[in-house]
Amino acid sequence: MKKTGAQILCESLIKEGVEVVFGIIGGAVLPIYDTFPQYPQLRHILVRHEQGAAHAADGYARVTHRAGVCLATSGPGATNLVTGIACAYMDSAPMVAITGQVARPFIGKDAFQETDITGITLPITKHNYIVTDVTELAKTVKEAFHIAQTGRPGPVLIDIPRDVQQEQTDFVYPDKLDLLSYKVVSRGHPVQIKKAAKLINEAEQPVIIAGRGIIISQAYDELKEFAEKAQLPVAHTLLGLSSFPGNHILDLGMLGMHGTGCANMAVQEADLIIAIGMRFDDRATANTREFAPHARIIHIDIDPAEIGKNVPTEVPVVGDVKSVLTAMNKEIERREHVDWLSQIEQWRYEHPSLEIRQSDELLPQYIVHQIYEATQGDALVVSGVGQNQMWAARYFVYTKPNSFISGGGLGPMGFELPAAMGVKVGRPEEVVWCVAGDGGFQMTIQELATLTQENIAVKIAIMNNGYLGMVRQWQELFYGRRYVDTKLWNPDFVKVAEAYDIPGIRVKRREEVIPAIQKAMEYPGAFLIDFLIEPEENIYPIVPPGESLARFFEPSRPEVLEGKI
Amino acid sequence: MGGKLTDTKHTLIALVEDKPGVLNRIASLFRRRAFNIQSLAVGGSEQPGLSRMTIVTGGDAAQVEQVRKQLEKLINVVKVSDITEEDMVTRELALIKVKATASTRSEIIQIVDIFRANIVDVAPGSLTVEVTGDENKLNSLLGLLRDFGIKELSRTGRIALTRGGSP
Ligand SMILES: Cc1ncc(C[n+]2csc(CCOP(=O)(O)OP(=O)(O)O)c2C)c(N)n1
Ligand SMILES: [Mg+2]
Repeated sequence: MKKTGAQILCESLIKEGVEVVFGIIGGAVLPIYDTFPQYPQLRHILVRHEQGAAHAADGYARVTHRAGVCLATSGPGATNLVTGIACAYMDSAPMVAITGQVARPFIGKDAFQETDITGITLPITKHNYIVTDVTELAKTVKEAFHIAQTGRPGPVLIDIPRDVQQEQTDFVYPDKLDLLSYKVVSRGHPVQIKKAAKLINEAEQPVIIAGRGIIISQAYDELKEFAEKAQLPVAHTLLGLSSFPGNHILDLGMLGMHGTGCANMAVQEADLIIAIGMRFDDRATANTREFAPHARIIHIDIDPAEIGKNVPTEVPVVGDVKSVLTAMNKEIERREHVDWLSQIEQWRYEHPSLEIRQSDELLPQYIVHQIYEATQGDALVVSGVGQNQMWAARYFVYTKPNSFISGGGLGPMGFELPAAMGVKVGRPEEVVWCVAGDGGFQMTIQELATLTQENIAVKIAIMNNGYLGMVRQWQELFYGRRYVDTKLWNPDFVKVAEAYDIPGIRVKRREEVIPAIQKAMEYPGAFLIDFLIEPEENIYPIVPPGESLARFFEPSRPEVLEGKI
Repeated sequence: MGGKLTDTKHTLIALVEDKPGVLNRIASLFRRRAFNIQSLAVGGSEQPGLSRMTIVTGGDAAQVEQVRKQLEKLINVVKVSDITEEDMVTRELALIKVKATASTRSEIIQIVDIFRANIVDVAPGSLTVEVTGDENKLNSLLGLLRDFGIKELSRTGRIALTRGGSP
């Protein structure tokens, strides 16, 4: 029986196990939406901005380990997806973005709502397609999911002209792929694994840097065995948080620009760095020329192009983290590293990472930590971008695997709410906290409507400092306190929430924090807390731009900032 | 002719799927990673459905290795080899329209003969020369013809293969 392109798309999605599509309708996808009622097993979530659809699909993907799907019409619908696609690309999240395109006879004519979305997304997708023949559609969908979900995951876009959606052909979902040139390595080379193990067995001051690759590969147990067997302390990149228990004696917390003093010192003094599923992002390494000056470097990653890209490595192991660590665990010896670990304890003591200063003001660090206490870590935390992101990263103790979701690579303000929405849809049984910035929240605030319409119970904690706080902090520290265009006039977020039929409370004082969090958790649906925090609170430590990781500033080390302003 | 290059010029050979947009993907990757393409030549290969590209680019070995690996990640790219250090045969073709008068015509023809190039078009005020060879040969010929006045020039850019077994 012949089927339309739209039907073929829906059936192909179902074959791929898709349950949810985030999107907004428009002229160039009308035929697709028109067939949705025939496929009740596909849940469509109508968002309020396509950026929200893409971030939601991304959040969904990160917690389900399956491609998130977003759908937009041609032209403005498609261009609105761009930020969300770029974010998924930077953070290696699997996504299939589907866009409508003007009908084939109009392509290239600057037709109404025609944009070259495959051209636009070329550098921010793992691959993209324009389907100009309906007989290619099923095969394209199959390839897209395969590419998005395997190897180093990433977004794939499929652009489908409107008339292709209406054209008919026989539907056969291919069971084989013929991707001539797409190969995925999974197992690491045994020689490289042996070499790496030798370095590990000989090291005196080793440090693991755990990245998001561990989470993507779901290698939590393998990493734990690895670290424990050879007593290897674990520092994390921002997105590597929650790949290893944050309360483990070997855990050092996050490294980098706002990393813990202990993690940064350990990395700079290490004689061996074992970098796992991470890409030496400059926010993690600070000045790369001075990065880990005494260390030999082992780099385990599935993407060969990451090897040596930012930092030269001595022993690369290209492969899937889980399989490489499994092999490595057989090769490494039990070690104690007594001196090294006691040195690390000394740094931990000198730079306590969870210490919160005494203040009468409402401090964001305290709030985030109270969310941790209230949930006992049994929650998924989605952050915005800026100070709130760093507080969420640093003051919640991530003991649950894959429980911190953040737009780390792109850093798009406005990620928090739609991503949290996708996370909650993907893992409805979990408690999902959205730690938002008052600035970022207003970039995608309209998704409150989606929460209500679709009954998505996200708990929102706005770190309301009345500033574009992270930038204000830079102005304070590096631009002579000249606060140019960082002060925000904000609406009453509780009233805004109420207008969207979401209850909320405003919290001004410390003693109101715990009851407010309790109230939010007890309420069955979405809930918003507007925390009016100390406006000029900073995130410390901070490594000033251009400095090495060891030169982090915290109020007790004023010398680091001297001459910076 | 051919042989090893010691400068920072690198010759990459890419085997790519013959599909719409592939050239764009490759060019776009060079731009995005801030690499410059000195020349790019593309055409059919021995395998149906696959094209072979010869890309000449500058940079140190580590940079070129990075761009090579990024290229290999493109879905439509089958394989990319940096054959700079290999024993290779390289060729380029140029069409040169050179000013010619009654008095210079025979001198030009002599030069063309020495380079084993061909005259492919003769017009009242010009001769069009076709020459194949490596860049050095083309550059020397161009150097000599420049004195007569070059009206138009079109070069294909380098194509290359390794000698003997494939890389
Ligand atoms: C879309 C976008 N625009 C601008 C920026 C630059 N930027 C980074 S952090 C930041 C401030 C964010 O303010 P807010 O959401 O209130 O978070 P805070 O830092 O105050 O916690 C800005 C403007 C960005 N990351 N993303
Ligand atoms: Mg703010």
